[in-house]
Parts: sequence; C-alpha cells; structure tokens
Amino acid sequence: MLELYGTELSSRLLLGTAQYPSPAILADAVKASGTSVVTVSLRREMAGGRAGEQFWSLIRSLGARILPNTAGCLSVKEAVTTAKMAREVFGTNWIKLEVIGNHDTLQPDVFGLVEAARILCEDGFAVFPYTTDDLVVAERLLETGCKVLMPWCAPIGSALGPVNMTALRSMRGYFPGVPLIVDAGLGRPSHAATVMELGFDAVLLNTAVAKAAYPVGMARAFGKAVDAGREAFSSGMLEPREVAVPSTPMIGRAVFS
Amino acid sequence: MRVLVKGAGVAGLTVAFELAARGATVTVAEMRHGLGGNASWFAGGMLAPWSERESAEQPVLDLGRDAADWWDAVLSGQVTRAGTLVVAAPRDAGELDRFASRTSGHRRVDENEIALLEPDLAGRFRRGLLFPDEAHLDPRQAMAALHDKLATMGVKFHFGCDARPVSGFARQIDCMGMAAADDRLRGVRGEMLILRTPDVSLSRPVRLLHPRFPLYAVPRTDHRFMIGATMIESQSAGPVTARSMMELLGAAHALHPAFGEAEIVETGVGVRPAFPDNLPRVETDGEIIAINGLYRHGFLLAPAMARQAADLVFSQDRTKEHAHETDGQRRGA
Repeated sequence: MLELYGTELSSRLLLGTAQYPSPAILADAVKASGTSVVTVSLRREMAGGRAGEQFWSLIRSLGARILPNTAGCLSVKEAVTTAKMAREVFGTNWIKLEVIGNHDTLQPDVFGLVEAARILCEDGFAVFPYTTDDLVVAERLLETGCKVLMPWCAPIGSALGPVNMTALRSMRGYFPGVPLIVDAGLGRPSHAATVMELGFDAVLLNTAVAKAAYPVGMARAFGKAVDAGREAFSSGMLEPREVAVPSTPMIGRAVFS
Repeated sequence: MRVLVKGAGVAGLTVAFELAARGATVTVAEMRHGLGGNASWFAGGMLAPWSERESAEQPVLDLGRDAADWWDAVLSGQVTRAGTLVVAAPRDAGELDRFASRTSGHRRVDENEIALLEPDLAGRFRRGLLFPDEAHLDPRQAMAALHDKLATMGVKFHFGCDARPVSGFARQIDCMGMAAADDRLRGVRGEMLILRTPDVSLSRPVRLLHPRFPLYAVPRTDHRFMIGATMIESQSAGPVTARSMMELLGAAHALHPAFGEAEIVETGVGVRPAFPDNLPRVETDGEIIAINGLYRHGFLLAPAMARQAADLVFSQDRTKEHAHETDGQRRGA
C-alpha cells in the first residue's frame, strides 16, 4: 500500500482534473481510473474571490482525496499565497507545489521551488514538490522537510514519456526510502507502466487522460498500466540476456550439435 | 394559449419564435433593460457543430447540425455560410492531427488552398482543416433582428422586469441562464475581445490551434473581429484579466501580425450556464418548462432546444385537453 504523509492510499495513480470535456466525464474518468487522489488547480479560478466554488464542489464530490496544486505560479510568493488559499478552500494541508521557471517549457524553477518548499513545510504543509530529475535539488527539497518528491519525466502536457531513463533510475537508486511520484510528461499507459517498473511509487497525470478521445477509457487503461507496472516491479522482472533461452526443455534434442 | 418566456437571451428569443410561429400568444420578460449584457451578447456566433465536436460530445453535433438552416430560415441574410478554417503553427502540427482525428466533416487544405480561402493568411500556415458546412452569424445583429421579427409577430417584450412570479399564463418558459434557481448549474467564464483593423480581412471564422491558448477569430462587419474565448471554471463576471487579455492578444498576433496594430474596441465577459455534462436540457416542472445549460453553444443549440420546448408545450396542451375530455366523459357516464 502506498503511504504519503501518513495516509495510506489504495491506488498508485494520481489524476489531474483540468481540461476534461465536462465535469461529468471527469467524474466518470476518476471512477474508471480507480484513483484515490485528484489534483486541482486554484490559480485562474481565484478571480473574483470564491467564484470557482461551483467547480470546486464538483471536485469535492468525486470522493477522492484532494491534492490542490499551485499550477501556473511563477514566483515563490505567488505559490505560497496560492497554497494558503488552497488549504482554506479544501481544508487540507496537502499541496502540490509548482513554481514554474520558464513559460514555454513549464520547467520548474528549482531555486524558487526549494525556497517555497521551506516556507510551506515550516508552515505545516505536506508538500509534494514538482521537480526535475536533478539529484541535488531532490536532496535540498528533502532537507526543507518534503517527504515526497515528484520528478518530471518530460515537460508538462508533452506526452513524450520518460525521456531520460538513466536519470529516473538513478533517482530511484539514490532515494530508496522516499516516495517518488512521476509527475508530468506521461502520454500513454505504456509510459506509466515503464516508470512503475523502475520502482517509482506512483504516477500523476492529467492531459493524457483529459485530452484523449475517450477520457474514461483512457483513465481505465492508465489505472491498469500503473497496477501492471507496480506488480511487475514487485514480482522481479527478468534482466535482458544476450542468449536465447527456450521456455520448454530441450531434452532429447541435439542442442550442442 | 398565453405563454410567458422569462429571459431574452438566445434561448428565450428562439423559443419565443417557435411558440409564436405555432400560434401561441407570447410575452417575453427580461430582467435587463435591453438585449445586451447576457452570455449570448458575448458569444462568438459560430454555427460550428463539426469542429465543436473536438471537445464536445455527440449530442452537440446531432442537435446543432440544423442550426444554420434554422437561423437562415428565420432571419434571412444573417447567416454566412463559408465554413470554418482551422490552422496551426508548424510547431503545433500535432494539434492539427489531433483535431482532425476527433472531428468529422472536414477536409485537409494545404498552403495554396489556405491562400485561396483567406488571402490574408497566405504563406502563414502550411496546413489546415476546412469544415465547409459550418456557418456563422453576428449574435448581436441576430438577436436584434429576431427581437424585431418577434415584435412584428405580436410578441410583447417587457424589459427591466423583476423576478416576481406572474400569473395569467398557461405556460412559463424559464430561459434565465445563470439567473435560474438551479443548483446543478455552474458558471463557466468566457472572456472575449473585439478588435478592429482594416489590415486583415477574413471570410470565415478561423481557429488557431495551440496546446495551451487555442483561439478563434470571427469576422464581423466594419473591420471588426470577435476574438475568443477563454474557458474558466468561475462564475465571476468581473472585467477581463490582464493574463487572459495577453493570451488572447498573443494568439491573435500569432494568427496575423496586423492584429498587433488593431484597436481594442471592446472587452467582454460572459458567464455560460452549464450542467455537469456540459449539455443543454429542456425540463418540465408543472407549468414551467426550463431551457438551460447551453454552455458555449448558445446560438448553435438554442434552435433545437426551442423546438423541443415548443413541442412539449403543444403536446402537453393536447394531453391536457384530452385529459379534460376524459374527465368530462367520465362525469357524463
């Protein structure tokens, strides 16, 4: 069972709630995926105080635990303010922390991220930092008090899948006891299965499901892929070999001829 | 039969027409002091069911397919049938493929055909999609024309009404959008701009695809263009935000640099009423029939909703007469 900040979760898939064709399809996708955590962004809906309340109540009614995020925040101050507002709106100290450093690539500003993580951890937040696969940044984030790390595997919404397997492998190797959630860049279920096979604890995705032709079917497919990848990791996969090995005995055959 | 229609947005006006055309005596009551200011007023006016299918469900196509014919038949001269052109910057070519795979009723167009269709876009886009059967209208002109037409048909309008209950009507049609008392409705904020520039001409709505900031530009008279529209989960009708304006202007500039020199004639914000499935509904509650949840498809779906509501009014009327007869026969027996 996956445990994040003391909470046990039945699913290793975390699902974003943006960009679906309708809230009804979002609700069906959440159900089909089996996810137990959904992320929700506050930033744009903040215009006009609590004007996004109707959408937020739809999110609350999904029955999943809510992980608010600071998507689109470009500065430490903005991210911290958004996190505090999220705590108030959703009554949770969980926050997925995003501090974006580049408008085009949506790459995290890791310097701002570490600073914002320190402020929020001191304030009692359970911080889920959206970071790169850089090991030193990861260490700094752990030092600020983060107990979970969320490295990207490719830029947000790019659907590229894991572009740097070596970096992901080494991250898993360096932080064996830290829950690691691959966040951003997954495009298809096989990508999710691939990172789960590496031993990552969970994946977080949004666009790949929300923008699929049939989000509900895609949500279900990702749910299965995450389960398959995890079970494969736990079951000990074969390492590739240079030599063919028959799966049926070759007794009686002149194999050495 | 006397029918009261509450709300003079596109839903109210279209159902008033359907009812009056079928012989009802119709009164339209509107809280605002004129036709402007509601979500319909800030609409794009695209009658584009095939391209909307990219993000909308099948009923939007099924219900919207005949919308251009309806508007054309009711208000001749208001509808322009020139299709929709969808383009993307070379970097976002994948978006075009995605859009094509999600929709039907289109054909691929290359650089040369884009230049023939929209000479001002010549050389700017290599590939696009043309949805030839789509159409557009100017929502404000169409609403004004429909208002005038209804007046000649004997429909009475009362502007500046309060929401007090009224009596003396056999039926009421609630077309109040976000003002309706329905807690299943949520508001989806849409921000739009009207730009004016004589340096660009377009013959049809053009959609510029972008992974983050998709945009449409709808040509209107007098060198004006409706640029829209954001989709924000908020019921705030406050002024357009700087960020939304930058995104809309940035996308417009990417469509054609001359938009950079355009005058910003107007900024507008409408709050679209939507049910959780983003599909419209016609529902009956006693003597009241409600049309709501037209979301971003007001002009596209209002005709079909108006027909459904009018069918309901007249079929209920027959059922009622029939019920009375049956009662009478029972009493007589």
